[in-house]
Amino acid sequence: MYRLIVSLIFLMFSVSSALAGVSAPKELKDLYFGEALYDAFQGDWFDAISRLDTELAQHYGLDEPKRDTLYYHVNQAEFAVGDFELAYRMHQRAGRAIKAVIEGNVSEPVRNEAVFRLARIYFYKNEPADALYAVERIRGVVPPKIRNDLAFLRAQIFMANGQFDKAANILKDLQVAKRLEGFSTYNLGIALLREGKKVEGRQYLDRTGQIKSKDDFTLAIRDKSNLVLGTKLLKEKKIEAAKQVLDRVRLKGPFSNRALLASGWADAFAGRFKRALVPWSLLATRDVTDASVQQAMIAVPYAYGKLNVFSKAAVMYGSALNKFGTEIDKLDASIKSVREGYFLKALVREELKQDADWVVKLRKLPQTPETYYLLDLMASHNFQESLKNYLDLEGLRKKLETWNGDLDAFEEIIEKRRVYYQPLLPAIDREFRRLDSQMRLRLEQRDRIQQRLKNMLVVPRPDYLATANERVISEQIAQLEQHLTAGGSSVPDGIKARIKRLRGVLHWNIYTEYDRRFTDAYEHLRDLNHEVDRLKRQYTAFVRTRQAATQSYEGYDDVIRRLRFQVQTARKKVGELMARQGRMLESMAENELNKRRQRLTEFQIKVRFAMADSYDRAIRAQAQEKMER
Amino acid sequence: MFCQLRGAILGILVFVSSFTAYAQDIPKEQIKGLDEQVQEIKSDVLGIAADLNQLEEKLLYPSNTQVAVFVSLVMGETFRLDSVDIQLDGKPVIHHIYTFKELQALQKGGVQRIYTGNIRTGDHDLQVSVLGKSTGGTDLQNTKRFKVNKGVGPKIVEISLTAQGITLKDR
Repeated sequence: MYRLIVSLIFLMFSVSSALAGVSAPKELKDLYFGEALYDAFQGDWFDAISRLDTELAQHYGLDEPKRDTLYYHVNQAEFAVGDFELAYRMHQRAGRAIKAVIEGNVSEPVRNEAVFRLARIYFYKNEPADALYAVERIRGVVPPKIRNDLAFLRAQIFMANGQFDKAANILKDLQVAKRLEGFSTYNLGIALLREGKKVEGRQYLDRTGQIKSKDDFTLAIRDKSNLVLGTKLLKEKKIEAAKQVLDRVRLKGPFSNRALLASGWADAFAGRFKRALVPWSLLATRDVTDASVQQAMIAVPYAYGKLNVFSKAAVMYGSALNKFGTEIDKLDASIKSVREGYFLKALVREELKQDADWVVKLRKLPQTPETYYLLDLMASHNFQESLKNYLDLEGLRKKLETWNGDLDAFEEIIEKRRVYYQPLLPAIDREFRRLDSQMRLRLEQRDRIQQRLKNMLVVPRPDYLATANERVISEQIAQLEQHLTAGGSSVPDGIKARIKRLRGVLHWNIYTEYDRRFTDAYEHLRDLNHEVDRLKRQYTAFVRTRQAATQSYEGYDDVIRRLRFQVQTARKKVGELMARQGRMLESMAENELNKRRQRLTEFQIKVRFAMADSYDRAIRAQAQEKMER
Repeated sequence: MFCQLRGAILGILVFVSSFTAYAQDIPKEQIKGLDEQVQEIKSDVLGIAADLNQLEEKLLYPSNTQVAVFVSLVMGETFRLDSVDIQLDGKPVIHHIYTFKELQALQKGGVQRIYTGNIRTGDHDLQVSVLGKSTGGTDLQNTKRFKVNKGVGPKIVEISLTAQGITLKDR
């Protein structure tokens, strides 16, 4: 049974996860959106919000958001971030995000879904008037996937605002919704009762109490319905009907103890004390920390007393007294442990996230309070909200502590980079400047050659393509002629003819090979261009690396200083809030334990009287028996 | 005496049956006020996280050398993914063993950023090894090599897994 109670606690605990009804798109285009979903599907809301916030900010900061991969999912991402914030219980921010969607240029179904989410935020924040105002703004087409949930929420909001007739009308239409089986009928029953339609309301509670299902939560609401109806009937002294309804509650459910106790009272009111002993005796053997069990421990001897078995009643009262004494001692120890801070220390242990039974297992830790006494409290909304806040704050505290360490590491990295790069860079820069001027010179040469070749396409200049050897020979011939004509002498005819022939050969070669040489020159230029491209790439890579080297250690000081200040401020604030939230949790736990202790003390007093009375009666009965004998 | 006791018990019974209002001793305004302050600090810390993420990326993974490897499951895949091993240029860079929650998140369509690192521009050898179990219970073991070309901008690689094999999607 405790498993189910714990499950119910965790159902409430995980209600925020259930709220985040985000699913992955069929075709995921943006991997970072997928990463945010991966975090969200694991309940890591902080990381999911942080990732998606960054993505959305980057998306909206782009000149052309349409070219961004998030563009395909931007509406879903906007919703998702609101959902994640809601799941992380940042209702104010979630509300603002959803309001932005509502006020944006969106289609009717999208707008209506956003309003639905906003209304749900208000409802869960216990602001029914705002929730009603929001839900009344829904007009036109509602997406089919939220139709039933919206109707159910609308009914809940009407109930919270005291408009039970409107709630009942909606809930009547929801009776066919399989997913809400039990919940819609139970709420309808309650709404009708509050509306004053007692007969009809009870009929629906009765119907809920007879639902056939295998689902644990439907069975739990069935039990609850039977318990509520049975208790009402019992208060109105409709004993038989109450007994019949109460006996429908399962023996192993979260409401079993209360039902057994009430069922016993139904018999007792009818004077059937023997029959009352059946549920009460069963109940009295269960865990002594449960309030109903403690009451059964008194009810059983009470029934024996009524059956005139005073000696047994006296003994059982004595036993109850002892057990209550032990329980009071346990409660005292628990209160002490809460005051000494062990309760909070136990709550923030990692096991809580891993093990659904952890809340119950807490009691096994040394110096932690008796958690069975706190199970009901732990399932209450205020405690759950406060506990989740406390756990979230603990999460933030750990993050901030880690970040503080990260900033130290970043500073160390930056310093190491500075020490490494700073002495190297002047020499590198000098060498770079030298190579850069050389490169510019060569590039200018290349450009000149290219221009010349281009001109030669229009005006051929074979002489430009003479080889070095040909140029040398041409020079030598000119020198020879100069030498021969020096002093005004004439060149002999034979030599003149030979010189002319040589010139002719040279000219012949230059002109006949011009086309081939021109083609070769183009090919060489093309090869050169490849090399130049490679050089330019290297140059760009160098410039980028050079820039990266400077950027790897410069310009971070202000950012790190600002972040360190922010982290420290946040750490201080988180510490203060944790202390306040922790004190609140401790007060709640202590109040609850005190109440239970107070109740047991009252029981003790009453049991003492009842025990004394039973002993008196037993002695008197024995004396009378003797006398009669 | 017994009537008194019965009255007390019935009173408690009614009390227990009704909805219990816990923490009545703590004013609602106090709970609400504290809750709002907690929301504010969450918002502040999220702001710090965003700035820190930016700083970390700029400092540790500048865009000209950044490589990010993502893992996803093809929609509808139900095989049990146990671990993924990644080697970059022959060096093991990440070995990840999956928890149940992580596997569920992948099956729902989430994408895991399994590795972020730095590499030089040019071609790189990426080797992905996957261990798991098929829905039938047989052991699955897949290894595949890919060529990854790193340009000037950040390199994003998606490794898409099925029971049958591994696909690399260059983004």
